[in-house]
Amino acid sequence: MNIGWLTLTMLLPLVGVLATMVVPKAKALLSKQIALGCSLLTLVLTLVIAVGYQQNGPADYEETHTWIEAFGAHYAVGLDGVGIVLIVLTALLTPVVLIASWNDAKSGRWSEKSFFAWILGLEALSIGVFAATDVFLFYVLFEATLIPMYFLIGGFGGAQRSYAAVKFLLYSLLGGLLMLASVVGLYVVSAKAGDPSYLLSDMMKLDMSQNTERWLFLGFFFAFAVKAPMVPFHTWLPDAAAEATPGTSVLLVGILDKIGTFGMIRFCLGLFPNASEWATPVVLVLALISVLYGALVAIGQTDIKRLIAYTSISHFGFIVMGIFALTSQGLTGSTLYMFNHGLSTAALFLIAGYLISRRGSARIADYGGVEKVAPVLAGTFLFAGLSSLALPGLSPFISEFMVLAGTFSRHKVIAVIAVLGIVLAALYILIMYQRLMTGPVRDGIDKIKDLNFREVFAIAPLVLLIVGFGIYPKPVVDIIKPAVESTMQRVGVTDPAPQVPVTEGQK
Amino acid sequence: MSAVLMPLAAEISRPLADFVAPKIEYNELAPLLVVFGAACVGVLAEAFLPRSWRHLVQLAISILGLLVAGVLAVILMADNEDLIAAQGAISVDGPALFTWILLLALTLISVLLFAERSVDGGLSAFAGQAAAVPGSEAEREATAAKVEHTEVFPLTMFAVGGMMLFASANDLLTLFVALEVFSLPLYLLCGLARRRRLISQEAAMKYFLLGAFASAFLLYGIALLYGYAGTMSLGGISDALATQTGGDAILLAGTGLIGVGLLFKVGAVPFHSWTPDVYQGAPTPITGFMAACTKIAAFIGLMRVFYVALGGTRWDWAPMMWVVAILTMVVGSVVAITQTDVKRMLAYSSIAHAGFLLTAFVGLAQAGNGVLNGITSTQAVLFYLVTYGFPTIGAFAVVTLVRDAGGEATHLSRWAGLGKKSPLLAGIFAFFLLSFAGIPLTAGFTGKWAVFTAAWSGGAWPLVVVAVLCSLVAAFFYVRVIVLMFFSDLPADSPDVALPGWQTTAAVALGLAATVVLGLVPGPVLDLAARAGEFIR
Repeated sequence: MNIGWLTLTMLLPLVGVLATMVVPKAKALLSKQIALGCSLLTLVLTLVIAVGYQQNGPADYEETHTWIEAFGAHYAVGLDGVGIVLIVLTALLTPVVLIASWNDAKSGRWSEKSFFAWILGLEALSIGVFAATDVFLFYVLFEATLIPMYFLIGGFGGAQRSYAAVKFLLYSLLGGLLMLASVVGLYVVSAKAGDPSYLLSDMMKLDMSQNTERWLFLGFFFAFAVKAPMVPFHTWLPDAAAEATPGTSVLLVGILDKIGTFGMIRFCLGLFPNASEWATPVVLVLALISVLYGALVAIGQTDIKRLIAYTSISHFGFIVMGIFALTSQGLTGSTLYMFNHGLSTAALFLIAGYLISRRGSARIADYGGVEKVAPVLAGTFLFAGLSSLALPGLSPFISEFMVLAGTFSRHKVIAVIAVLGIVLAALYILIMYQRLMTGPVRDGIDKIKDLNFREVFAIAPLVLLIVGFGIYPKPVVDIIKPAVESTMQRVGVTDPAPQVPVTEGQK
Repeated sequence: MSAVLMPLAAEISRPLADFVAPKIEYNELAPLLVVFGAACVGVLAEAFLPRSWRHLVQLAISILGLLVAGVLAVILMADNEDLIAAQGAISVDGPALFTWILLLALTLISVLLFAERSVDGGLSAFAGQAAAVPGSEAEREATAAKVEHTEVFPLTMFAVGGMMLFASANDLLTLFVALEVFSLPLYLLCGLARRRRLISQEAAMKYFLLGAFASAFLLYGIALLYGYAGTMSLGGISDALATQTGGDAILLAGTGLIGVGLLFKVGAVPFHSWTPDVYQGAPTPITGFMAACTKIAAFIGLMRVFYVALGGTRWDWAPMMWVVAILTMVVGSVVAITQTDVKRMLAYSSIAHAGFLLTAFVGLAQAGNGVLNGITSTQAVLFYLVTYGFPTIGAFAVVTLVRDAGGEATHLSRWAGLGKKSPLLAGIFAFFLLSFAGIPLTAGFTGKWAVFTAAWSGGAWPLVVVAVLCSLVAAFFYVRVIVLMFFSDLPADSPDVALPGWQTTAAVALGLAATVVLGLVPGPVLDLAARAGEFIR
């Protein structure tokens, strides 16, 4: 039965925004509780949708209404395996961030309630981005997510927040505006073919000349590459992540950047299959550079948050590699990777945030011996770090393995070199852990308190899921599979046949 | 009697029965006539009413005139009959009616701003006695007596009447007359600022001299085109283009010169240099009126001349317009970055907007050029003008409210921390800026989308790429103001935010409402613009 489930999921956080803003400034606590309540309700709703999707398929969740007839734009939302996974991730991370950042907005430029309201607004728009099945709607929401994120960075971050916020905005706008050119181009192609329509299903039927397809692909890909971010368009991320509050960084890296890789799957592969295949060599090399460069630069960082930001650049390299390897294993792995990376990086950023707020410094050199003073903090940080370096048994391992295996079956050299990224990941995580947590207790560290109940409570779901999906990833993989298969069909590629075929006897 | 005068005598002595009275379609021209009529009544009121009554009566006459004209125009638009009226002088077609309604609506908002007296201690934004030397005793006396120039209202009515005529002129002579009818009142209005009178008078002088210069270009161009085609009517020139051979030099020279005159009014580079000075010097409500309405009228005039009369030589003038469009976008957005005055920044922003409009204009997306489905150039331009006009007046209305002892605090550094002092006002201004920057869910985005689409449909995709890059540069300076307002600390001697009267409140609210609605549901206005169709001849 279709009662506009997805619209409801977007409206719920927006109701939260309004409710939060209506509460008077003096009652900050009440507004925060309302915000948390709304985000939890949204989470429940998305879980209901996920279960329903798993059982009944996507048909129940499709909504299509004409929005701007002259533009061929629709309000059209729907689900596929990739979209639902990211929607659940969004709905999950939002309450986690709200609980973890409960007191982080006190030192901000504006009231605490506005921090919570911006986060809910971002949640609503992000869910819309992952659900949109109309190119125009997607573009509008894609750009609109910039505004809450801009104010979250600029309003509640560190000393250089204004600079970081503007840099973030300008980079994103550059990508977004080039994509706008492509979106306009798509309209023209669609209008020439008859009635202009931005519906994804109509756009996929378009017949484009080779050159047109390639140019339009480039506009989209550039926007997503800036968003993801890939080297060499990545420099905004370390600045933004370092200046923003840890909660904002989680939303930025965990959700907003996923729009880039999500867009590559749904729009680059979906709308421009031939051009995507054409661009594969260059994209894979860029992805490889991202993997290695991000990891190498991470090792050299002196700032905890910048370090984590660079690890994400490396991770996004893996995700892009898996997508453009164009194998079902790689694509499934990449989608799973998006989800797992959201969990592990969120844990890493939040726990680092706990640590930084206690000492008042993000410089690695200011720390040492934390594990003696605050064992729970150090322990959970180690756990998050290990999940980030893809320790077997934890969920990121599975996705990283699938990406590498999927890439290897088609592009051996790239995959072999990319494996170095795993080694480097171990280096940057373990060296950081060693410098921060082990050794003699430094001045200023001796008095810090261990995690309190709220802080543990916030990261507990992340830890549980990382372990749970590390052991049994099947539920997520099952949801992703059909979407991957239809994407593969769309691009017109099949998995390369194994060199050593499995025969009956061996089974 | 000399031989020369004989024919004239014969003419005079002809019986009256032979005289055919020109046919004037009063119904179709009613909106124009009402506006000009209201202007004349305003002049009479100025002459005969006691001073204390004038403000109220003038305001009432203007509002009434605009509303009646607007209603008449809407009725005409609903009838949807294209017509060449007044013996071929005026074309009452879809685009003309659309422009009329838009101009009337925006002028209504502007007139409200002109009538605002509560932001500056009970005085309007206009000089008490324009003839008094700035800083003189006479000026102080006028201020003390709370004298004001209520001539502003009839002048505005003449200006808007001229603009309406300009947008519907079907021959070059009407075009020129209309240009002067709307320009002369504007020159005068520019010099009437109550504060910073010297800079205001300088602005008026500059505008007048450069405007006269541009008029001369236009007139010369008209003369050359007449020499080529032997007719002033736009349709006649178009016919001549199709049939006539030879005389290309005159044609091209005439096209170029007319282009200079019209592009000057549009504010396109390299004919833009008056814009920042005049926008800065003029009283802010006038600046808003000029920025929105002059641009609209000038652009429709430009399109009508080039599409209707010179459409046949589009391959000759399109390259020139490509260059102008690119220059306008680049110069407008790049030079805006260096501005330190809000009004100058908005002036350069309006130049950049003219550039975006030009992309649709040179895209030539018309059914006649093989673009059968989707947005046409005319539709896109009409729609863009709507999405540009309302936020523009709203933004200038906000500028009038940020004041210190010296009047409006227009230096950008004075806007630092405004978000702390008045979150509402700063928020609204930020929203207008986001719309100018073309961020989705604002009117500016849908407008940009429409013009870019029209440009691309006509094959001008390189212009679209330049335009999106310029949009990025433009976004930078809009965002800089937002950063300044929200992310800077409030200095100790920050300017005050004046409490607006109902007039300014209404102007800002209408601008805001239009910006939101056009961003979310642009469909109805787009359909109206589509219904307006093409220019007729």
